[in-house]
Amino acid sequence: MIVFFDTGKAAGHAVEATEHAVEAAEHTSGGMPQLDFSTFPSQIFWLAIAFVLLYLALDRYLIPRIGGAIEERKDRIADDLDMAARKKAEADAAMLAYDKNLADARAKASFIAAENRAALDEQLAKETAAQEAELDKSAAKAEKQIAKARSEAMKHVEEIALDVAAEMVATLGGIKADPKKLQKALDTARAGSAAS
Amino acid sequence: MDPLHQFNIERYGEFHLFGLDLSFTNSSFFALLAVALVVAFLGFGSRKRALVPGRMQSLAELFYEFVAQMVRSTMGQEGFKFFPLIFSIFAFVLTSNLLGMFPYFFTVTSHIAVTGALSLMVISVVIIYGFLKHGLKFFKLFAPSGLPLALYFVIVPIEIISFLARPFSLAIRLFANMMAGHALMKVFASFIIMLGSAGAFSVLAILPFLTNTAVVGLEFLIAFLQAYVFALLSCIYLSDVSAEHIGH
Repeated sequence: MIVFFDTGKAAGHAVEATEHAVEAAEHTSGGMPQLDFSTFPSQIFWLAIAFVLLYLALDRYLIPRIGGAIEERKDRIADDLDMAARKKAEADAAMLAYDKNLADARAKASFIAAENRAALDEQLAKETAAQEAELDKSAAKAEKQIAKARSEAMKHVEEIALDVAAEMVATLGGIKADPKKLQKALDTARAGSAAS
Repeated sequence: MDPLHQFNIERYGEFHLFGLDLSFTNSSFFALLAVALVVAFLGFGSRKRALVPGRMQSLAELFYEFVAQMVRSTMGQEGFKFFPLIFSIFAFVLTSNLLGMFPYFFTVTSHIAVTGALSLMVISVVIIYGFLKHGLKFFKLFAPSGLPLALYFVIVPIEIISFLARPFSLAIRLFANMMAGHALMKVFASFIIMLGSAGAFSVLAILPFLTNTAVVGLEFLIAFLQAYVFALLSCIYLSDVSAEHIGH
């Protein structure tokens, strides 16, 4: 129910929302320009012209232009997002490869270190053995020298004993003892002392 | 002061064809002005087609997307072939309604001839497209499937009546809203003059003045709302017949 305000009498007429009631209202008030049917052909004719013009302008020209711009922007944004996703994937892959390389390098480094240590150990053992062998050799040589020196020393002792015995014989007996006899006597004396 | 005077059709130029009076009137002028404004607005807004839109382009695209969203939400992607039609209807009705808000301007949509012609066009498109798409199955629109037989005796007449009422409700809603609102503004405006010239009571003229200020705001809302309702109902009526299976 809509209230319209009437012409000269300024009285409100209730108009039902149906064509019939609108017509009835016209009869009582006698002057709604909307119900002057003589203007209908002109109104509808020019409305049709205006509307067809608008429709053609929109359909042929304006909608493709505006819609195209919006579509282009959407495509561009989608492309950019795609690109960003691709770039991110690439970066992730690079990161993964980097991590892998790092782990490989670490493993390799520890492997090399272990290898080096083994080689070093081996060399050390070899060198130690060589050193020991040399030491043994020099020790043996030294022993031999000692033995030689000792036997030499013993020989000297004998000579000294001989000299001392000759000196004693000369001093005590006043004779010059025969070195051969002296030697023999010494030998028997040593044998005797060795036996007793 | 006649509040209905603003709705008078004034002939600017006589023009007769086939015995019909097709004179160029203020209605014709403002209808063409509305079209020119819409075309100028959208044409100017889309002249650059920039990737990053400027102010006018943003407005034009906002307008476009608003209608596109209305079409998509009611008819889906399939109903997009009606987009130019709905866009034309919405743009024309909205611009005409808003033009009517200027003092001394004529409101094209305040005439039942115009709103009736528009609504009959919409209903014609609905019926023609319904028959083209569904053939005689179009009549299933009046007989939704999956009901008990007895109910059809009630439902079918109701559906037919509601279908036939559509063009009338579509036309009268818009025309009556425009006319009533504009007449109301005029009536309150004449109250201001009447009270203002009433000597000691002239201070009371502030009351209709404040009321009219509020009514103008309301009228702007109604100008937009009625254009939206007209376009949205057109979408809904079209979506009834553009569905793959009719009568659900």
